[in-house]
Amino acid sequence: MAEAFKFELVSPERLLVSAEVESVVIPGAEGEMTVMAHHAPVMTTIKPGVVTVKNSSGSEERYVVFGGFADIVPAGCTLLAESAVAVKDVDRADLARRIQEAKEDAADAKDDQSRSKAEQFLSQLTTLEGAILPA
Amino acid sequence: MPSLKDLRNRIASVKATQKITKAMQMVAAAKLRRAQEAAEAARPYSERMGSVLANITQAVGGGGDAPALMTGTGKDDVHLLVVCTAERGLCGGFNSQIARHARDHIRRLLADGKQVKIICVGKKGFDILRRDYASMIIERVDLREVKTLGFVNADAIARKVIHLFNEGAFDVCTLFYSQFRSVISQIPTAQQIIPAAASSAQPESADGASAVYEYEPEPGEILSDLIPRNIAVQIFRALLENAAGEMGAKMSAMDNATRNAGEMINKLSITYNRQRQAQITKELIEIISGAEAL
Repeated sequence: MAEAFKFELVSPERLLVSAEVESVVIPGAEGEMTVMAHHAPVMTTIKPGVVTVKNSSGSEERYVVFGGFADIVPAGCTLLAESAVAVKDVDRADLARRIQEAKEDAADAKDDQSRSKAEQFLSQLTTLEGAILPA
Repeated sequence: MPSLKDLRNRIASVKATQKITKAMQMVAAAKLRRAQEAAEAARPYSERMGSVLANITQAVGGGGDAPALMTGTGKDDVHLLVVCTAERGLCGGFNSQIARHARDHIRRLLADGKQVKIICVGKKGFDILRRDYASMIIERVDLREVKTLGFVNADAIARKVIHLFNEGAFDVCTLFYSQFRSVISQIPTAQQIIPAAASSAQPESADGASAVYEYEPEPGEILSDLIPRNIAVQIFRALLENAAGEMGAKMSAMDNATRNAGEMINKLSITYNRQRQAQITKELIEIISGAEAL
């Protein structure tokens, strides 16, 4: 059995998770990554996606996060999410609204750089929607 | 001299007012607890944000690739003041304290020949500042419809501020709010958020901040993502502190009002009883002197 480490999931409104866990899958900006104990110190931004937390007891919990960043040190991992909810509590309407907003942003973008950024964000959101909502 | 009936009416109306202030005090107490909880719950995020920011600033080393939001424009000609107040009154000197603090600051800036722009968050601050500085108010954020303050509210304000900054509409941004110390003490505070005051960020030394971090993507890129978020967090914290402060101030103001009403009722009751007694005595004298005359 893998060693446990401290994981904290914090949103601006509250502290969602603070527990000893076995591993955490983080949707990093440059690809998903699994964090386990004694991970090398990494700081990464995260994209909208699903965070999977595997508790020491073996049970799994999944949270949806919309952007933020993760601070990983050997002793633990802190995830500062812009907004985070447990997968089972995801509000479809809210997600749809975010996608709509992202679409508008993409349409309004003035230059190529901001357009590609907005489109990237939009595609991340739609992927996320596909991943958590049963078709 | 008011008649007995007048006195009775007044006592009744003061009693009604007392009931209202008492109820408002209790509501404020309940809301205060909730506001305090919210402020407490938000603390871990802003603390972590602070330490992460400190770490990363160290990594970037204030080099040329630090974003403008942090280094500023290099000028300080145009100042933007974000003044956060409450939406409602009846909370003692809470709103006027913040407004006075802001006004002092504005006066100082104007005396130095700077240009001032104001964003008002909350109705009361707008009402007060409008009297003297109506032409400088460029935005007014209304949070009256908002039941529970969410991060989205703060984020919306932060976005506006950053948008203005990117347009070059101002050089320095200062946030005015009231720091919540206790129920009876709220301290109006000015906090500079753009350019970020670097001295406030102390690198965390406990768990080996000097450890070499790997950054994904580049530190500069993370930083440019982080700073706007940090501004939103600062504003969020200010709003939460304000909410707690408002409720605290309201609670003590309403407590005073209830006590004053109680005193007033006592005084009125004494006058009422005296007058009633005087009338009874007068009637007795009339009867007795009438009987004696026979």
